[in-house]
Amino acid sequence: MGAADAEAAARLIAYGLRPKQVPARDAGYSDLVRKYHADSQFKQLTHSVAAGLGLLVLEVNQQAGAVLAATDESVFEIKMDNYARQSKIRERRETEKVLHGVIHLATAALAFPRPDDLANDTYVGRVSVEQVDSVVREACRILDERAAQADENDDPLSDAPELEQAWRVYARRPAAAATKDGRLAPDTTRGMISRALRFLAEQGFLVHINSDRGGTYRTTPRYQIQVRELAADRAFSELLDLDVVAVADDVGTLRAASSETL
Amino acid sequence: MRAVREDVTEHHGATVDGALSRRLKALACTAPLHDLDARKAKLDWADAGVYQMAEIALHTIDQVTVAMDFDTGADHEQIVQRLLPFIAAQAPERPPAEHERVARWVLDNLINVGTVERGFRHVYGAVGSDGSYQRRAFDFKLLVELATPSGEVYLRASDEAINVLVGALDTDVESAQVAAEVKLENLITRGRLADAKLAAEQARYRTVQYGETLRSMLEATRRDVRTVDWEEAIPQLLDSALEHIESRFRAENAILRNITAARDEADDPDHKKRAAELVEIVSDCITRHTQLQARLQAAGATFRAEQDRQEFSGPARRGGVDLFGQLLVPALGVPVRDAVTPVEEYFTAASGTSVPGAATLPSLVSMLLRPAPEREKVVGEIPDPELTPSDQSGRFTDRHWELADELFSRYEAPRRLSELLEEARAVDGELPLLVALRATHSYGADVATALRQGSGAALLAVDDGTPLRDGRFGGSDLLVAMVALDSGSGDGDAEADRAVAADAAAVAVPE
Repeated sequence: MGAADAEAAARLIAYGLRPKQVPARDAGYSDLVRKYHADSQFKQLTHSVAAGLGLLVLEVNQQAGAVLAATDESVFEIKMDNYARQSKIRERRETEKVLHGVIHLATAALAFPRPDDLANDTYVGRVSVEQVDSVVREACRILDERAAQADENDDPLSDAPELEQAWRVYARRPAAAATKDGRLAPDTTRGMISRALRFLAEQGFLVHINSDRGGTYRTTPRYQIQVRELAADRAFSELLDLDVVAVADDVGTLRAASSETL
Repeated sequence: MRAVREDVTEHHGATVDGALSRRLKALACTAPLHDLDARKAKLDWADAGVYQMAEIALHTIDQVTVAMDFDTGADHEQIVQRLLPFIAAQAPERPPAEHERVARWVLDNLINVGTVERGFRHVYGAVGSDGSYQRRAFDFKLLVELATPSGEVYLRASDEAINVLVGALDTDVESAQVAAEVKLENLITRGRLADAKLAAEQARYRTVQYGETLRSMLEATRRDVRTVDWEEAIPQLLDSALEHIESRFRAENAILRNITAARDEADDPDHKKRAAELVEIVSDCITRHTQLQARLQAAGATFRAEQDRQEFSGPARRGGVDLFGQLLVPALGVPVRDAVTPVEEYFTAASGTSVPGAATLPSLVSMLLRPAPEREKVVGEIPDPELTPSDQSGRFTDRHWELADELFSRYEAPRRLSELLEEARAVDGELPLLVALRATHSYGADVATALRQGSGAALLAVDDGTPLRDGRFGGSDLLVAMVALDSGSGDGDAEADRAVAADAAAVAVPE
């Protein structure tokens, strides 16, 4: 392990920081990925370099390249605060954050509808602005029905907006709104979704296919890895802490394939 | 007695409360309509008193509902165009541009343009499970904007709006339908066409409601077969919808026969016209029923196709996190405050990395000279606000006011308005008008109010009956004085009294 290896390891990390680059289109990148798998010492070195920079190596393979995630407080971290629209009122700010977060979650849920799709490395998901919106509204409908079945008055308290359930906020937000110049209003859910998908495409997680259904994209292997190896677990453990989600049993969850309907 | 009453409240509190909130919510849905009439007087672009805004609003909801079919509703322009004849009938002498503006105003207000959520909120009280009084918010919309796959925005009426419109709150769709039909037949045999038309329209709304329910069910099926109950709920819905169509076909054919006869036999032109209208509505109903029936027939096929597609897309290989069921739904189900952390964690973990720029001195120079970064990347597209210059700019500048102040406070003793006008005229051409206006305004000024507001001085004008001789202004030659007020000692009152007493005067309101 010499200076040359350290440089190579750093170069692999640098490739990983350019999410749109893939080994298939770059011989140098491809060689480094091969070296990473063949040489365990180089692998270790790469991880150390990444750790020193505040990065976590989630996966390195020929399809996705080096998939990296920023650790907490790393300079490479993307904060929700920078992404969500700034608002002076605290409740409003939280609401905006939740709406954006929910949209990102729904995008992943639509891209990988069953647990199996997330696990299957060859699976390519498709998402569109219209579908993401309908997925969230579908979830809102399920929760609305549950609330109606519980048969208790669960209209939000007017003096405690932060106690209002997230689905109500989403359901209330209009999907579209007519603007004078015919553009998508940024405050509407479709406006926010279309921004989220553009953002994910810029990050190398989605690839734009066409503009049907408000904009249609396909997923990249990088997105699958990112969601599977890190994001889903992080959110899952947070929700476990809140005690609102059960660990899956063998019956399967909502989207799991079962033969009940046959 | 009192003990018994308390007992009743405790045991039946929930039911009484439920009915009360239902009625309050129903009432709330009508509030935006009444609000239109309350606010029409404040419109500055037209004297809108002649328009019955609530009527126009109901008519708007009617038009949107009628335009709703399985896929889309009407867009804004179509609705505005359809409203024009109705609005024009209310004020035929007004210009068409104003009619159009009224239509847009009503439409915008029903959507509630200008708020982020484009809806309405009504706060009502309810007794909670612990018996305490809680204020809860009821959110509803009347007209909803939706986008077609190609991105055009169109309107649909919400369930609340349809309920308000049909006036069938909390009633069973099915029984209301039967009642309407019986009524219709009676009406026709007795020749009461106006009521018959109403009943036919109500039947049409029912058809639209069936269509809406079916459409949302089919959409949910396409996403996930298991979210919709195809074992019991859907077959029931399909059956009742089919029955509805069957009976409607019978009823409508009978109506068509009767009404066509009535139309041909009627001598009264008004009757003839109404019968013709009814024939039109009934024909429209029949078209809609045919549409609904086609959809009903295709529903089963949709279900089977979706079931095949979703069932045979491969068995699960190994378990992972179910994003929809285990992350999205739970995150949506918790209060906003609790949902922030999980979704933020998810976002940070799923958004990848961003590379911060590192500046060296040479690059710093070019960075500083670079145009400002596009904010669009950070916060989405920023609409350019359309600014119209304010036409409220005052006639008099600040300088005019200063000059007038100076003029008023130049001497301590009260002065004739005519003298002030002369002096003002010498200073500035516009100034006399301001002086005259201020003098008139201060005639009978409320010293107490000025004191309460803590003003240091008040302008007082008193009329002693001398007529004003001036080329431009008429009325009384007021005595005008700037009177110092001292709220601390009460001297202000005394001083003001002195000023008034000095000129005991006959009252003549200046022009």
